[in-house]
Amino acid sequence: MKLQSQVVTGSESFRANREAHLAALAEIRAAADRAAAGGGETARARHVARGKMLPRDRVAGLLDPGSAFLEIGAVAAHGLYEGAAPGAGLIAGIGQVMGHQVMVLANDATVKGGTYYPMTVKKHLRAQEIAEQNRLPCVYLVDSGGANLPNQDEVFPDRDHFGRIFYNQARMSAQNIAQIAVVMGSCTAGGAYVPAMSDVAIIVKEQGTIFLAGPPLVRAATGEVVTAEDLGGGDVHTRLSGVADYLAEDDAHALALARRAVAGLNLVAPALGAVQPPEPPAYDPEEILGVVPAGLRTPYDIREVIARLVDGSRFDEFKARFGDTLVTGFAHVEGLPLGIVANNGVLFSEAAQKGAHFIELCAQRRIPLVFLQNITGFMVGRKYENDGIARHGAKMVTAVATTEVPKITLLVGGSFGAGNYGMAGRAYGPRFLWTWPNARIGVMGGEQAAGVLAQVRREGIERAGGAWSAEEEEAFKRPTIEMFETQSHPLYASARLWDDGVIDPRRSRDVLALSLRAALNAPVAETRFGVFRM
Amino acid sequence: MFHTLLIANRGEIACRIARTARALGCRVVAVYSEADAGAAHVALADVAVPIGGASPADSYLRGDRIIAAAQATGAQAIHPGYGFLSENPEFVEAVTAAGLVFVGPSAPAIRAMGLKDAAKRLMAEAGVPVVPGYHGPEQDPAFLAAQAEALGYPVLIKAVAGGGGKGMRQVARAADFATALEGARAEARGAFGNDAVLIEKFVASPRHIEVQVFGDGSRALHLFERDCSLQRRHQKVIEEAPAPGMTAEMRAAMGQAAVRAAEAIGYSGAGTVEFIVDGSDGLRPDRFWFMEMNTRLQVEHPVTELVTGIDLVEWQLRVAAGEPLPCAQADLRLTGHAFEARLYAEDVPAGFLPATGRIGHLAFPDGVRADSGVRSGDVISPHYDPMIAKLIVHGPTRAIARLRLVSALRQTQVAGTVTNLGFLAALASHDGFAAGQVDTGLIARDLAQLVSLPEPAPQVLAQAALALTGLDRPGGPQRGFTLWAPLEQALVLRVGPDELPLRLRVLGPDHVTVILPEAEVQAERSAGHWRYDGQPAAPQHLEVDRVTVFAGQAVAVARVDPLDRAAAQGAGSALVVAPMPGRVVAVFAKPGQSVAAGDRLALLEAMKMEHTLCAARDGQVAEVLVEAGAQVEAGAALIRLEEEET
Repeated sequence: MKLQSQVVTGSESFRANREAHLAALAEIRAAADRAAAGGGETARARHVARGKMLPRDRVAGLLDPGSAFLEIGAVAAHGLYEGAAPGAGLIAGIGQVMGHQVMVLANDATVKGGTYYPMTVKKHLRAQEIAEQNRLPCVYLVDSGGANLPNQDEVFPDRDHFGRIFYNQARMSAQNIAQIAVVMGSCTAGGAYVPAMSDVAIIVKEQGTIFLAGPPLVRAATGEVVTAEDLGGGDVHTRLSGVADYLAEDDAHALALARRAVAGLNLVAPALGAVQPPEPPAYDPEEILGVVPAGLRTPYDIREVIARLVDGSRFDEFKARFGDTLVTGFAHVEGLPLGIVANNGVLFSEAAQKGAHFIELCAQRRIPLVFLQNITGFMVGRKYENDGIARHGAKMVTAVATTEVPKITLLVGGSFGAGNYGMAGRAYGPRFLWTWPNARIGVMGGEQAAGVLAQVRREGIERAGGAWSAEEEEAFKRPTIEMFETQSHPLYASARLWDDGVIDPRRSRDVLALSLRAALNAPVAETRFGVFRM
Repeated sequence: MFHTLLIANRGEIACRIARTARALGCRVVAVYSEADAGAAHVALADVAVPIGGASPADSYLRGDRIIAAAQATGAQAIHPGYGFLSENPEFVEAVTAAGLVFVGPSAPAIRAMGLKDAAKRLMAEAGVPVVPGYHGPEQDPAFLAAQAEALGYPVLIKAVAGGGGKGMRQVARAADFATALEGARAEARGAFGNDAVLIEKFVASPRHIEVQVFGDGSRALHLFERDCSLQRRHQKVIEEAPAPGMTAEMRAAMGQAAVRAAEAIGYSGAGTVEFIVDGSDGLRPDRFWFMEMNTRLQVEHPVTELVTGIDLVEWQLRVAAGEPLPCAQADLRLTGHAFEARLYAEDVPAGFLPATGRIGHLAFPDGVRADSGVRSGDVISPHYDPMIAKLIVHGPTRAIARLRLVSALRQTQVAGTVTNLGFLAALASHDGFAAGQVDTGLIARDLAQLVSLPEPAPQVLAQAALALTGLDRPGGPQRGFTLWAPLEQALVLRVGPDELPLRLRVLGPDHVTVILPEAEVQAERSAGHWRYDGQPAAPQHLEVDRVTVFAGQAVAVARVDPLDRAAAQGAGSALVVAPMPGRVVAVFAKPGQSVAAGDRLALLEAMKMEHTLCAARDGQVAEVLVEAGAQVEAGAALIRLEEEET
């Protein structure tokens, strides 16, 4: 039951793998640091000079000392908007307040006044979605000028745009998922509804403002000349308008009030199921960087990763001898039970059937599922199509789509084609989706895509009687390959919030533990599977 | 020996007497005031009797109740300890009249020594040297001034009935005499109900050396001397035996003088003859003078016990029970050197103000005698002397004993109140004191240096920060987890009167970087033990919102809770407005008047009720906007305060 590693940690390939992973990690870290720095030194200095705490300090000040912070979309908007919106100007993540996990959303006013770019909206909605699915109280640390006007067409009108924020607040409040707003700066126009739609609103004296239209717009509309403080300052809102409930002296006081508000929610600790005493893996998670090949083309045994993720490296493997390109089994992470579905090669019909079977078991037992995704796709070719691989694949996809147990997906390698669907890709609603720096995502590999396009092109040229040299073909393929390479990169993906974040593979266990704990805040519903194509 | 002893005292001395009494097989009866129902001396006794309210006048000074308690519990004798009724001759007579034994001298002996001028006359007659001065009954200011002139300045004015430095003034010049006399008299009147004073020559470089005597009613012997020169405002701070620089000749002279003094009044039991010694030119047999005799067991008696090996309380009880003196003068030996330091709950930086508080934690190092009347969890109340303990050490030489004292003071742990431990440690480490160059002016001369505590080390503050945030307690592997950049939590600590902002960067369950304004400390745990910049964690005591770290000195650190800040509502507002429509009944505020938060400014009658309008903050009234009798609307401005300066 305890996994035995076959890897020689002193080997040359181990060292080479490790170095390649460290280089990939450094690239992500640099992007994350850039995002964490917000709007740059000048903007930060100006922010602090106003007596305001920096947004990450606000988050830290809200959380229990030393509590873990599972950040969502840390590198959102990376490379977008010409770098104008590091982190999309919003910090989101799960932290612990007074012993309870909460979703924290903090505007970064040093980034374009905390205004909402399209990715800001997407990140905000994703954080709310996580909060709703996992029943996490939301604390909004508001300091935002509202929608980013030059991008209004991409932040205002559509379903998953700005208005959805308040829709979500109302829907969550209706489900008794507490909504707490702390107004620590501007809260203008649509943004005014964040505190207004909250169950509890705190505002910082002579610093927070809430109004539908700011002084310039008021003047333009009605000619009335009024200061921001008189229009919608903390004094006005706690004494006259009733839009806010508590008046805070400063940021630190406001955060303390928010902590007290969370303490007052009368929350009970979630039921975690059959919890065991936590135990570190028998193999050091640090070794993950050496055991996982640097390139996606080199096959390796995914159990080497599992051995470095789960408690005591103990893995109760299910159906080990059947459909062995998919590894399924039960284990614990930090004492919490989970079912693991992990790729160990291309998916064949047997593997897909086994996957569907195992997902049914977990649904029956209400055991959360963790998908370790490293998949180039389902097997192709006449034999497999004729044998109904699409039918078997559909079974697994149906199981994944309809199970009610929490799903957590970790992209540890390739995520290509329909394999992405069967392994709980983004479209399949995993509670969390995390990516390793070495992972790549796309409808298919760049080589394959370029090959398909070149094939079509060659046929066209040859039909017209022309000739196409190998060099010409190579030149034709290159842009496609390059485009796929760029677009399948984790930073490209994470910038667009195709995932919840890129993580350090060595901390996967911690990320899984925190994700599982968050997921278990919501009771697991009874599963009703769809029709399985038998 | 008595089968039952009542101890008419409290605190450390009651506990100390009880221990010896028990060792002698004696049943111990304690008495206690309402405030002391749970006190250590009560817990230590076989029987305890409540004798009244917290104020000493209602309990420990109520001789009638104490005697009644003794009779009710079958006690044969009463030990008065020190203070309270220990030198009250009427009480001694009442005890004797009740058929009980008073453990101490006779009423006449106490009376003989009670009035300082009479005692001095008596001593002079008995051939004991006394300080030149006027000890007569004439109290006319002009006459006293003339006496002072005759003695030559500087002189000392002392209350005749005085003690403990009350009613005492040192006068350097004739011009200051009248004022000083008035002050001394007023203080004496207040403290003793008797404003008669005496005038004495002031001794330069004075040392306070006292001799422990023991009498059986006719014969007396002495148990060598104690040096109590380290005093602050006439309160002893550190005492020692023997006196530094003491010679055999001087000791013999002082001992004989003390014995003469005791025998002159037929002294029985333990007593102390205090001398003032001119130490400006070494100790010389012709330069000591009788000051007073304390007809009781002294606070500092343990130093004598440690250098003689004698239990003075045991002697007191045996002699009171009718036994002869347990040994002869020739049998007494002086071995090594002993110090006693008096540990008080007091606020040294605030001028040694008595402090109160609940002692959350109290621990003494091994190898020190700690005579204490409080335990962990006990309260230092404002009703009594705030002594926590006496720390007494002994060593073969003065140098070794002093080092042991320093070490004991550094290792003593008190949490829950401020103490004078740091001051005592600084004093014990003082160069002059180390060299044996002591005089009664030492503390006053070097006070600034002695009360300035070293700044707490960054490592100590880092330890406090971890304790107050719980980060020093085991956390899961996800403690401090972040995906990429670590978060830094801002925290404000209160260290004494100062607020200290710092930041905590939690890098994992076993590693925290503490960023202080001028230092960065790495806190790392290995094998369950924290180290701060490599230094092992100091002992600490954590209460809900306060931690005391014992790193040579006790550093008490609290976390500043932002919620403690003044509640926002209304505070800071310059306008006082009518809370509802009504009639102004009265206006108390006047323009220009200074008001404090909570002061009544106006009275409003509305809905058949009177509403008092108070100042929401301190400030000055800028304007009164209404008159009494005016009918006002809700929200009407009534009084305006000056804007706050920010």
